[in-house]
Amino acid sequence: MSGALKISLTRRYRFAASHRLHSPRFSHEENLRLYGKCSNPYGHGHNYVLGVTITGPVDPDTGMVANLGELDPFVEREVVEAFDHKFLNEEVAEFRESVPTTENVCREIYRRLKSFPAARLERVRIEETSKNSFEFAGESAGVEQRKP
Amino acid sequence: MIRVTRKVEFSAAHFYHNPSFSAEENRRIFGKCNNPHGHGHNYVVEVTVAGEPDPATGMVLDLKELKEILQREICDRMDHRHLNYEVPELAGQIPTCENIATVIWKLLEPKITQGKLDRVRLYESPDLFADCTADSNGSGR
Repeated sequence: MSGALKISLTRRYRFAASHRLHSPRFSHEENLRLYGKCSNPYGHGHNYVLGVTITGPVDPDTGMVANLGELDPFVEREVVEAFDHKFLNEEVAEFRESVPTTENVCREIYRRLKSFPAARLERVRIEETSKNSFEFAGESAGVEQRKP
Repeated sequence: MIRVTRKVEFSAAHFYHNPSFSAEENRRIFGKCNNPHGHGHNYVVEVTVAGEPDPATGMVLDLKELKEILQREICDRMDHRHLNYEVPELAGQIPTCENIATVIWKLLEPKITQGKLDRVRLYESPDLFADCTADSNGSGR
């Protein structure tokens, strides 16, 4: 017999944006050494793919954790409209203070989506390219430190 | 522990309709998924089994057997079927990703005897999938 089950739902969204990895805390040479070509002063861009995972009880009347009719406009409003076809460093307030690495973009998107009212936000995953992906599941979802 | 994942695909029709809702509520809640003529998807199921490899075979489980189980339990039941009318396990439920993943978990869980069913991931499209896992700590419910 099956015990209690957990259901989560993941929806993918897309946005295209430019960014530049550069920190005013470092010298020009240090920025170049640290961020390499990502520090090019004119910036560059990616087709970001955002996976949003929510979890919660499945409503027996609808068969759903949350209605996509609510999730889609929420993510569109909170993230896609704010990030799509934007220069993240200048046009997303958060990244005037922090470097828009995809780690930080994950954190910022998680912060924006955390208040989704219809289900619990479990995880945010961003594919910066088809080769690089990043996940954030909240600060409490710690990484187990390997014992020496 | 090692996790082994096998993928299968099936194509099926469905629509969303709750007879206890009014026609207007059905349209509002389910949108175009409420079209009574139904519509279809190419579903992709990733089934993950976890366990320790048998030292003699080096395998968590025999993938040939898993393939047969997935064919029998998933594809033979659901491929080229209408999920609202032809899959008794879904009778009385809205055939959402969440519910289909749960039905697949319940069908597979007792059949997998080598290793332990770890996750059923059901893609309705590349941009939407549900995961069904054992609820280890009651979170998320």
